[in-house]
Amino acid sequence: MQYHTPSSFDDAVALAKDAQGVTRFLAGGTDVLVQLRADIVTPDVLIDIKKIAGVSDITREGDGWRIGVAVTGAEMSEHDTLGKEWPGLVEAMDLIGSTQVQGRATLTGNLCNGSPAADSVPAMVAAGVTVTVTGPNGERKVAVEDIPTAPGKTSLEAGELVTAVHVPARGKSGGDAYLRFIPRTEMDIAVVGCGINLRLDGKKIVEARVALGAVAPTVLLVEEAANAIIGTELDDAALEALAEAASAACNPINDKRGTIKFRTHVAGVLAKRAAKIAYQRAEAAS
Amino acid sequence: MIHVNTKVNGDDVEFLCDPRETLLDALRDKLGLTGAKEGCGTGDCGACSVTMDGRLVCSCLVLGAEAEGKEIATVEGMAEGENLHILQEKFIEHAALQCGICTPGILVATKNLLEKHPEPTETQVRYWLAGNLCRCTGYDKIIRAVMETAADLRKAS
Amino acid sequence: MAFDETKTEDFKVVGQRVKRPDGVDKVTGKAKFGADAVAPGMLFAAIVRSPHAHARIVKIDTSKAEALSGVKGIVTRADFATGLTGGDLDVLENVMAGEKALYDGHAVAAVAATSQLVARDAAKLVEVEYEVLPHVTDVDKAMASDAPVIREGAADQSVPEGMHPNVVRYHESGHGDIEAGFAEADLVVEDSFKTEATHQGYIEPHACLAQLGGDNKGELWCCTQGHWNVQKLCAAMLGLETSQLRVTASEIGGGFGGKTAVFIEPVALALSRKTNRPVKLVMSRSEVFRATGPTASTSMDIKIGMKKDGTITAGQGTFRLQGGAFPGAPMEFTAMCAFAPYNLQNVKQVGYDVMANRPKQAAYRAPGSPMAAFAVESVIDELCKKLGLDPIEVRLKNASKQGTKASFGPTWDRIGLVETLEAAQSHPHYSAPLKEGQGRGISCGFWFNHGGETSVTLALSEDGTAQLSVGTPDIGGSRASMAQMAAEELGIPYENIRTTIADTATLGYNEVSHGSRVTYASGLATIKAARAAVKILCARAAAKWGIDEDAVVWENGCAKPSGPNAGEFDPLPIEKLTRSMGRTGGPIVGHFEATPEGAGVSFATHIVDAEVDKETGQTKVVRYTVVQDAGKAINPAYVEGQFQGGAAQGIGWALNEEYIYGEDGRLQNSVFLDYRIPVASDLPMIDTVIVEVPNPGHPYGVRGVGETSICPPLAAIANAVSNAAGVRLKELPMSPPRILAALEDQANNG
Repeated sequence: MQYHTPSSFDDAVALAKDAQGVTRFLAGGTDVLVQLRADIVTPDVLIDIKKIAGVSDITREGDGWRIGVAVTGAEMSEHDTLGKEWPGLVEAMDLIGSTQVQGRATLTGNLCNGSPAADSVPAMVAAGVTVTVTGPNGERKVAVEDIPTAPGKTSLEAGELVTAVHVPARGKSGGDAYLRFIPRTEMDIAVVGCGINLRLDGKKIVEARVALGAVAPTVLLVEEAANAIIGTELDDAALEALAEAASAACNPINDKRGTIKFRTHVAGVLAKRAAKIAYQRAEAAS
Repeated sequence: MIHVNTKVNGDDVEFLCDPRETLLDALRDKLGLTGAKEGCGTGDCGACSVTMDGRLVCSCLVLGAEAEGKEIATVEGMAEGENLHILQEKFIEHAALQCGICTPGILVATKNLLEKHPEPTETQVRYWLAGNLCRCTGYDKIIRAVMETAADLRKAS
Repeated sequence: MAFDETKTEDFKVVGQRVKRPDGVDKVTGKAKFGADAVAPGMLFAAIVRSPHAHARIVKIDTSKAEALSGVKGIVTRADFATGLTGGDLDVLENVMAGEKALYDGHAVAAVAATSQLVARDAAKLVEVEYEVLPHVTDVDKAMASDAPVIREGAADQSVPEGMHPNVVRYHESGHGDIEAGFAEADLVVEDSFKTEATHQGYIEPHACLAQLGGDNKGELWCCTQGHWNVQKLCAAMLGLETSQLRVTASEIGGGFGGKTAVFIEPVALALSRKTNRPVKLVMSRSEVFRATGPTASTSMDIKIGMKKDGTITAGQGTFRLQGGAFPGAPMEFTAMCAFAPYNLQNVKQVGYDVMANRPKQAAYRAPGSPMAAFAVESVIDELCKKLGLDPIEVRLKNASKQGTKASFGPTWDRIGLVETLEAAQSHPHYSAPLKEGQGRGISCGFWFNHGGETSVTLALSEDGTAQLSVGTPDIGGSRASMAQMAAEELGIPYENIRTTIADTATLGYNEVSHGSRVTYASGLATIKAARAAVKILCARAAAKWGIDEDAVVWENGCAKPSGPNAGEFDPLPIEKLTRSMGRTGGPIVGHFEATPEGAGVSFATHIVDAEVDKETGQTKVVRYTVVQDAGKAINPAYVEGQFQGGAAQGIGWALNEEYIYGEDGRLQNSVFLDYRIPVASDLPMIDTVIVEVPNPGHPYGVRGVGETSICPPLAAIANAVSNAAGVRLKELPMSPPRILAALEDQANNG
């Protein structure tokens, strides 16, 4: 295995373009190193991007945020204002792994690992987060929901990597939330995850995005679920319709972490609970 | 082989490592610091906890090569000479260890916790330590030792 | 103190919460565990493991691996002893597969190389050709007539005719007339239960450092609960004389029964002999899960009859245990423990030991007992509910006591079950109000405890301090408790004793640290070794004073004349006697060797409050209290630690821990991420009450405490979940999908 520490994204792209065999980018390493140790993936070329200037910065970008690709979960949680504007997003990232893992894990890594159960991804999708993808043919901006294509697979092409994460402006009267179900209280992979982001006009929901994790080959953006609450004041009927739409969107598998039936049911439960939190947050921000 | 210069417990050290070797491998096999333990190799047990530039990490999830230019702290650096760190004292006093294999990682993690959060609640301590598995104690005496250390440190300051 | 005297009061050191002597080493990172040893010229090893649950090994081609630079040697089954039979053959077969791989993870070859990475790379280059065979991993399916046969001829004569060859042992015990007993009952409840296999989950993977030359003399360093057992087994596997292999036990990073067997040690020795270099072999976590010894999985049928007043009229249990691809599932313990807490006139228990394509089970804290308690105590709870009776009152009414006949035969000596029930009943926890969504459960539990071969030596130093050598690896703070007992006898400070876990060359045979035997058996031997040393000290004083040996007593660390008639002499403190020992007859050493038979049984009663989220099926344990009879707590802090640790493991077993096998017979959750042991945020504080009903078989009344604490939690939590959610869970773990399915089932069927 070759190990490189390029000092610019251009160098990183050049290294990846010329690389033979399996190439992996190393940010936090919490997936790459596990896969290496377990003989699941032994990269031929490992490109550590942490020495590139700015990758550890969280900066304002208009009224939104630009999050560097090596920013860790701990750094997001410790940030003064990011979590006030986007508590759901920060909490989702914070749910990943232990304190130790938080010291290393990144949003970008969580996204590019391609797991349908990645906690930060439904929260990013709900928030409308986009990423910059840089490759041999230049840069493009891609919505987070368009990155994963299947378990362990992404739409990134050879030589491409994510070089920045863009969080939109929070704006007025908005709130987001992310909840996941795990059997323990910590240290598990989501059996179901649900991220919800909404905006109020008075008491009425006028915008909403609902994303589900671990219930399909990729994280789902569920328009029907959003439509179930848009135009409502999140009354019981709206919540039931939301739960039904969320469950209906599920296309999960039976595996060691949960059954189809369980995941489908709990997706609805979590959607209701997450919606209530997001609604309260939006009210508080009004 | 990669030549790595780093600082461990305040000492400048250097080692050669294969790019696949982890910081844990380097600490244990190259530098003879066997206080950090490999309980899982997947970042799930915390027995290999160290800090890197003040940040708590699992050394099994850091490549040896990534330690270049960093400052690493391990359990071996906690005591000052023959004087134990107060956490080490409290763990012994409270019988907060049995087999002791998780103890180095838990001590490194709790020291880091108390540096960042001098007044933790019990829940905060429990969640901070969720990545440090202990199979002997049921955590009860560990939590008590940490809470009492925090209280003592606050009184002393 | 006379040699065989019993002491029950006026303890000075015993009962104190002294600091453990291994504490400083363990908090500073100095303590040396299995993987922490190194030797000059050391090689590293890796094991090649079967990816199939059941397969014939057609061919092993090591040529590519051997060609890799840095590879120094490869071993297969051909490098081990031949002609072994019985249990030894089973152990060897498990350590290194012969003709067939019997489970996913079964070792088929091993490589030694100059680095860990090279060894791992080489292991991947060993080409094994398999003929995959049909497999079975479920206990009930393994007994069915169409199940594939794991190994022919493994059954012993106890098995009734007509059973599948995978049923390898059978047990039956009980007394009275159960049919008559059921006829007397006002209510009979009958139900079936299953529990999945769990793993001890010690945080330290198995590790060893082996050195064996062509002269067949060897040294072995390893983490084990019993190094004499390792010595004996490794000698057999390698064809060595037992005495030519010296085994040293490292610090042990948890065992809980799982380090009573050998897995990698014979392999490292074989590689060392082949390469003539020291060989270090350390398991990965995944190897620990796939290829060490988890518990048996079970399938159980229970039938209990009760009168309206709570009297149990009869109890019947059938226990089918799957213990992997070898005989040995502890079904007789399951059967014997099942009804042990109760004084029954009519009781019958039947056990089956069943093989399946899984790793050979090993002991796990009270092996077999927690599952039995889960099934029996769940049914008792149902009876209490249906008859409107208080669960503790019912248990008190039926409790085993001194003089009553145990369900498995013997008559009970002094036991403390009633005392634990009474302490639980009066504990504030039992009457504390519950919140919405919470339920309370209780359960009793039982473990036999054990004595076993024991050998201890206590050598006095010239300054009056003592070096205590024991042969039972310290898995629960025993170096402290042994030193406390020795200090108590010698009348010197605790700090003046240094306890060492001696290697196999230093003491006579010591059985494994298992069966909650260490504080009992090594403790008894320590007390007697100290008394033997005191006897010599008294003799030396007598000689100095010119009086009869019997006229000297030992008090507070001094020899004294026994009374006015013995003569008037100033007390002689220990250090005066030891400073002159070279001139007064030579070194003073006390030792004791025996197989003590008086291990007192231990009972416990646990109370637990659990909260169930009925929308997701998630259970949270919100309050937990352990009440257990310790006989005499030598060090209450470590006794509490055993109570808390056992309860925590039981909570994991009850709620989330399980071996998950896929259709392909491969283990799917061989990492801590998916084998879900409780983390700190999962648990509440665990309250403890130490009950002390002295064991007549120990000089201070000690009963083993390590294992009983895991017996009640499974049932106590099932009973709490039943009270919280209104559904009875009959299968472990009570994972969220299972609880939701049970709730739905109940909603559909009323």
